[in-house]
Amino acid sequence: MITAGIDCGTGNTKATILKDGEITGKAKVLTGFDRDKAVEDSLDKALKAAGVGREDLHRIGWTGSGINDVKMADLEVNEVKAMGKGANFCFPGARTVVDVGAEEGRAARIDAQGNTQDFAVNEKCAAGAGVFIETMSRALEIPLEEMGPLALTSEKSIPMNAQCVVFAESEVVGLIHSGTEKKDISRAIHEAMAGRIVSTIRRIGVNEDVVMIGGVAYNPGFVEAVRRELKLRDIHVPEDPEYTASVGAAVVAAEEA
Amino acid sequence: MNEGQAGEFWRWPESNWKDPDVNWREARFITGGIDVGSVSSQAVIMADGRIMAYGNMRTGPDGPGSARNALSFALDDLGDMPEDRMDYLVGTGYGRVNIPMADRSVTEIACHARGAGYIYGPGVRTVLDVGGQDIKAITCDERGKVVNFLMNDKCAAGTGRGVEVFSDLLGVPVQEVGERSFQVKEEPEAVSATCVVYAKTEAQELLRAGGSVEEALAAYCRATAERIFAILDKLGVTAGFAVTGGMAKNRGVIDRLMPMVGLEFMKTEWDTQIAGAAGAALFGHALCLKGKKRRK
Repeated sequence: MITAGIDCGTGNTKATILKDGEITGKAKVLTGFDRDKAVEDSLDKALKAAGVGREDLHRIGWTGSGINDVKMADLEVNEVKAMGKGANFCFPGARTVVDVGAEEGRAARIDAQGNTQDFAVNEKCAAGAGVFIETMSRALEIPLEEMGPLALTSEKSIPMNAQCVVFAESEVVGLIHSGTEKKDISRAIHEAMAGRIVSTIRRIGVNEDVVMIGGVAYNPGFVEAVRRELKLRDIHVPEDPEYTASVGAAVVAAEEA
Repeated sequence: MNEGQAGEFWRWPESNWKDPDVNWREARFITGGIDVGSVSSQAVIMADGRIMAYGNMRTGPDGPGSARNALSFALDDLGDMPEDRMDYLVGTGYGRVNIPMADRSVTEIACHARGAGYIYGPGVRTVLDVGGQDIKAITCDERGKVVNFLMNDKCAAGTGRGVEVFSDLLGVPVQEVGERSFQVKEEPEAVSATCVVYAKTEAQELLRAGGSVEEALAAYCRATAERIFAILDKLGVTAGFAVTGGMAKNRGVIDRLMPMVGLEFMKTEWDTQIAGAAGAALFGHALCLKGKKRRK
């Protein structure tokens, strides 16, 4: 059986093709202005990568903050359910899933089947989400993908006072002017952001194994900062963490086909 | 949007002013107040408790430098008055611990209450100060002494910085935000997001759905007013309501806030951004009357 999972996020739209329990194709495009187009494009690209046509699909699972606007909706999958099922697919031992995307951070406790038992979402404040590091990378004039590796080279932990993205930007500018090294500022940024998501995670309790998914999980500096803050030996990250929710949506589509 | 221009819409005009009727040579005590805020810095020079000059400018990257610049900007107007003629200098604001030339520092809560009484007159009982980075609601007695206060400085929602972010996003000069926000056929709902980052996304969606820039501004001004009102409501307000800080100049927020509060707001001819520095200079004057002198 072949199913597709599409996750329409605020940053990117991701699509995954699942065939008999195996990922055979995936693709992502910028969500941008036109969500319907982003969804069509990502699906077409993923189908091409898998070497199948749309007519071969049994079902399409949808998730992400943009699903309400999408016209071709078939099976709607709750975002928390998609993240749990996706994490379970990648790491069957996962019990805590942390999803950090462009604008939202959330955490879920899941069972051995990937079903959600409890979850917490931070959707009131962007301080614990990807946009935080994005904004700071612009202020530091350092490419986003270099922010994490740079933070890992710092041996100094300096506190950041500001919690808000908007204020933290001014604080970072102040630190630059006071001559603080960029690697130390970068570490401070990652630690501040980790502190925010960790308080969301603690609301549901921490059970190992912990898996981090979402676009921000590509950032090793952030994963390390969360690991340190939670005092864990390890945090698992799927090979392509941004796709995890789309994988989960495809899994649910297969279960309910 | 033109890239070179982007990011400059927030820039508001700096200003300085001098009272031509006050002669510093005739003054017994000359005192200064410097308010270094997160976004703007002001210096007020008083002759015997009366404002004779002030300067209002953008806070730069370093606190001491911003204090120095604001003071020089105010002194510029006084022409021949030497700086060491000043009898006492009080620092206040977010950067008050970092003003090397100040003789002492006083909290901005106390200074705003005191300063509001000067720029709005003695009837002030509730002061709302909305600056770049925080919202302060203060109740005070007839002498301008603080009775109670509430403050938000954790989140940019409802602050001047939030409005600056919006003026950049929509490409509208920050001084025009208020006027433009009333150029709508029908008042839209407030943006629902508290966080400025989410409010930006929401405003973009509003534009995407065919809404006008003015509607987005109206929706944001309304949200800002609601955010500010939440703090006022918690504190409880009384008549004699004065608004200080940069937000007092934004009609788009103030005119939407007034019906929520249900009180007539007091009026002033003074620049509302100088209230904190004026309060600081008044504290300096009171200290001079008690015999305090500059550490020279």
